[in-house]
Amino acid sequence: MVVDGDGPSKGRDPGLLEPDLLAETLSMAMTTGGEFAEVFVEDRRSTSAVLDDGRIEELSSGRDRGAGIRVILGETTGFAHTADLSPAGLRAAAEAASAAARSGDGGVHEVTLDGPSGPSPAVVSVLPADVPKARKVELLQRADAAARSTDGAISQVSARYGDSQRRIQIANSEGLLTGDRQIRTLFSVSCVASGDTGLQTGRESVGHTVGFELFDWVDVDDLARRAAGRAITKLEAVPAPSGEMPVVVGPGGGGVLFHEACGHGLEADLVAKSASVFAGRRGEVVAAPTVSLIDDGTMVGEWGCFAVDDEGRPARRNVLIEDGVLTDYMWDRLRARREGREGSGNGRRQSYRHLPMVRMTNTYLEGGIDEPDAIVAGTDHGVYVAQLGGGQVNTATGDFVFGMTEAYLIEDGRLTAPIREGNLIGNGPEALLAIDAIAGDFAMGSPGTCGKDGQGVPVGDGTPTLRVARLTVGGTAA
Amino acid sequence: MAGSRDDEAGLLAIAESVVAMAVSGEDVEVVVAHERETEVRAYGGEVETLTSAESRGIGVRVVRDGRQGFAYAGTLDADALVEVIAEARDNVEFATPDEHCAVAEPDGVLAADLDLYRPVLVDYPAEEKVAIALELELLTRSADSRISGVETAEYGDSVSASAVATTTGIRSTSRETGCFLSAYALAEQDGETQTGFGFSLGREPGDLDVAKVAAEAAERSTRMLGAVKPASGRIAVVLDPWVSAQFLGIVAGTLNGESVQKGRSLFADRLGEEVASPLLTLVDDPTDPAATSATATDGEGLATRRNVLIEGGRLERFVHNSQTARRAGTVSTGSAVRGYSSTPGVGVRAVSVLGGDRTPAQLVSGIDDGVLVQGVSGLHSGVNPVSGDFSTGAEGLRIRGGELAEPIREFTIASTIQKMLTDLVAIGDDVHWLPMRAAGVTLVIGELTVSGV
Repeated sequence: MVVDGDGPSKGRDPGLLEPDLLAETLSMAMTTGGEFAEVFVEDRRSTSAVLDDGRIEELSSGRDRGAGIRVILGETTGFAHTADLSPAGLRAAAEAASAAARSGDGGVHEVTLDGPSGPSPAVVSVLPADVPKARKVELLQRADAAARSTDGAISQVSARYGDSQRRIQIANSEGLLTGDRQIRTLFSVSCVASGDTGLQTGRESVGHTVGFELFDWVDVDDLARRAAGRAITKLEAVPAPSGEMPVVVGPGGGGVLFHEACGHGLEADLVAKSASVFAGRRGEVVAAPTVSLIDDGTMVGEWGCFAVDDEGRPARRNVLIEDGVLTDYMWDRLRARREGREGSGNGRRQSYRHLPMVRMTNTYLEGGIDEPDAIVAGTDHGVYVAQLGGGQVNTATGDFVFGMTEAYLIEDGRLTAPIREGNLIGNGPEALLAIDAIAGDFAMGSPGTCGKDGQGVPVGDGTPTLRVARLTVGGTAA
Repeated sequence: MAGSRDDEAGLLAIAESVVAMAVSGEDVEVVVAHERETEVRAYGGEVETLTSAESRGIGVRVVRDGRQGFAYAGTLDADALVEVIAEARDNVEFATPDEHCAVAEPDGVLAADLDLYRPVLVDYPAEEKVAIALELELLTRSADSRISGVETAEYGDSVSASAVATTTGIRSTSRETGCFLSAYALAEQDGETQTGFGFSLGREPGDLDVAKVAAEAAERSTRMLGAVKPASGRIAVVLDPWVSAQFLGIVAGTLNGESVQKGRSLFADRLGEEVASPLLTLVDDPTDPAATSATATDGEGLATRRNVLIEGGRLERFVHNSQTARRAGTVSTGSAVRGYSSTPGVGVRAVSVLGGDRTPAQLVSGIDDGVLVQGVSGLHSGVNPVSGDFSTGAEGLRIRGGELAEPIREFTIASTIQKMLTDLVAIGDDVHWLPMRAAGVTLVIGELTVSGV
C-alpha cells in the first residue's frame, strides 16, 4: 500500500498512498456527516551528525511515517493520527476523527479524487541520502579545526550537520490530491571562549531547502571562524545598557524583530479570536511609510519555502504591509473558508501528528534608500545589534522581546564596545511606527524554527539595516 | 489491554527481541515507547478541536569499541525494527572512539515503587473530557465582566508506557497517566487587552480543579488592565512560582556532568563552594510522586534517585548518566534523559527548593519598594546558561509600602545567574509542582535591574 523507494525525482512524486485508498479513507471519514475531510500523509527521513569536545559523538538516522486525518463540521474539528498506514489503520483513524464531528444524519458520501495537481517539488541536485556519511562527518571535523585555530581562547567547539527529506501527500473531500517533497540541509557551529571575564558563546548556522549542494557555496571553515570570532569578541563585552534608546539592527538580523513585532499578530487564527492587536486594522496605517513587509513561501531554497503548504495549497508571495498600510493577514484553509476567501498558502504543521494552523514562511522587510553607515553615524547614543537570538510575543498586547547574541554600543555615531547578551523589549504597533531608517543592504538571516502552540516549523526571514527610534534594552548597566 | 503490544510487558518484549539481534562484539540498548493522548479545546461554547492521538517509537543505540551509532523510527512495525538496528549499526563506524562510551550496566539500585498510573484515566469517557473543557471555557468567560474572550480552554491527557533493554542485562519498564487543564483568558477595558492563564494538573481527571483554573486565568488577566511601563532602576523583585520554576530549572540545568566536562557550565570549578545564599537548598528528586515529571527509571533504565544539588548555598553535586559518570570516575545518579528519538543526555528532572516559613503575602508585606513578576518571556533568547547572563521580558505588579500596587508591563529584568543566586533574600512556604522540571515557589531577589522607560 505504501509506495516507497524514491530515487532521483523525475517529474511528479509518485505519492505515498494509492489514490483509491485515500478516497476510501475520506469517504469513511465523511460518514458521520462531516462537511470536510482531509488525509495528510507524511514520510520523513533524517540524518544528523554531532561533533562535540573534539569527537564525532554520534551519527543518528530517523524515520517517521504516518497520516493525520481531520473532519470538520460547523465550528468543530475532529483529528486523529496514526503511524499505521494499512487500510485498517487508516480506517481506525478516520473513525476516531469523525466521531468528534458528528451531525447525526451522516449517510453515504463517496469521495472522488481529481488527478494529482499543484506545482512540482523543488529540484535538488544532490540528494543528501546519496552522499556518503563519511563526507558529512568530514565537514564537522573541518569546522572543529577551523574554529579552534581561530584563537587560543576557544575552549570548546560543537558542530552539527543535519539533513531531512519530508514527503507529504494531501487529499481532501473536495477532490484535491497533491503532494510535495521538501529537502532541507543544515549546518551549525557553537563555540565557547574562556577568558578572565568567564565563559562566552558564539554560534553560526546556515540552512536551506536544498540538498548537499549547499556546501558548494557554504564554506564551513568560514562559518566556524565566524562563530569563534563572535565568542572571542564577547570576552571583552561590557554590561548592556538599560532603558529606552535607538536600536540599529544589522542586515539579515532584523527578521526576528518583524516576525515577533507583527508577524504572529497577522496570523488569521489569532486575529479571528481577537487575540491580536492587529485585529480589525486592515487598510489602516500600522507602520512607518517606508515599511513594506512580505511573507513569501516561494523563495527558492530559503529555509521556509515549499511547493505546497500542509493543506495542499501552492506557496504564495503575500504582501502583508505595503508602504506602512496593513494590506492583509495570513490564512489557512479553516479561517479563509469562514471568511469566504482563498487561503494564502500559510497552512502548516510540524508533522502528521499535528493539526495545521496559520504559520509564516519566509518573512522579510523590503529594502529602503538609506545608507547603512549613515544610519549608525546618525545615531548619537544607542545599540547596534549584529545578530539576534530568538524572540517571543504576546499577540494580544503586542509586547514582544528578542535576544541580542552579538551587539555593540553606539556612542557619538560610532560602534564602540561589544555588549553582553540580553533581551530587548518593545510593543509591536509602537515599534513599527518608530522605524525611522531602512537601508538598501538587504540580506536573509539565519534559519529559524518558529514555535507556536507547541509546534515548530522551519521559517526564514530577512531585512536590510534598519533603525527603531526607541526600544527598551534589557541590560544591567545604569 | 492485557496482552497488548502497547503495555509494558509488550513493549519490553519488543525491546528484548531487538536486543537479541545484537551480534558478537557489540552492545545494544533499545528504548521503546507508546503513548495515547486526547486533547479537547473549547471555544465560544463549542468544541473547537478534539484530537485522539497514538504514537509508538523505538530508538536503538549500538556500541562497539567505544563508538556509538544511533537510529530511531516512529513505528514498531516488524520491518522497521530490523531497519533501525541495521541503520544504527551502520552509523557506528563514523564515531570517534571514546573509552567512556558504553551502554549502562545494572547497578543494583532498586527502582522506587511510584503510583503514577491510574486506570480510571485510561477508561475515562471522551464525552466527560469534552464536558470538562466546555465547563472550563464557560467558567473562564463568565469569571469577570471584563473577560472579553478565552483564547484557549483545553483539557489534555496522556497514557504512556516505555521499556529499556540492553545486552548488558538492563530490563526496565514504566507507565504513567497524566492530565491537565489550561485556560488563557483575554481581559478588555477601555480598548486595552491583557492576558492571563490558569493551569491544573494531575494523574486522573478527579485531580483537576476547573474552577481554580478559570479564576486564576481571570485574575491574572484582569489585574494587568491599565498596566504601564515602569521606570528603569535597581529594585527588589519577587518572582512568582511560575517564574521561579523556570529560573530554578535553568540553574539546575547547568549542574550536569556533561556541561561540566565539556567546559560549558559556569559552576564547573565550584564544587564544595558557596554559590548561593545560605537559604538555598536545591534538590532533584524524580522519585517524588507529586512531581509532574516523576519517574522511577531514567533514560538508560537505571533507578532514579534523590540528588541534593545545593545545600545551604553550597554546591554539592553534579548529576550524571552512566557515560559522564565513567568519565568523572563516579557512578550514575540515574539522570539520563531522553526520548526514543535521541541518545541519552544528562539532566535534572524534578527540582525543588526547601521552602521557607513565610507566605507569599507575608513576603510582599516586607517589601517597601519592589516589583512582583508574574510572567517572563524570551528565556530562550535572553538567558545564556554558559556565561550566566540573564535578561528576560516581564510583566507584573509594583509593590509599594508592602502592598501590591499598579500593574506594569513591557519591561525587562536582568542580572546574572551567579548574582541572582547570591542575591536571594527570602523563600516562600508555597513550594508546589508545576508542569515543568522544577517546582514553583515565591522567591525574593534583593536586587535586579528593571529596564523600562
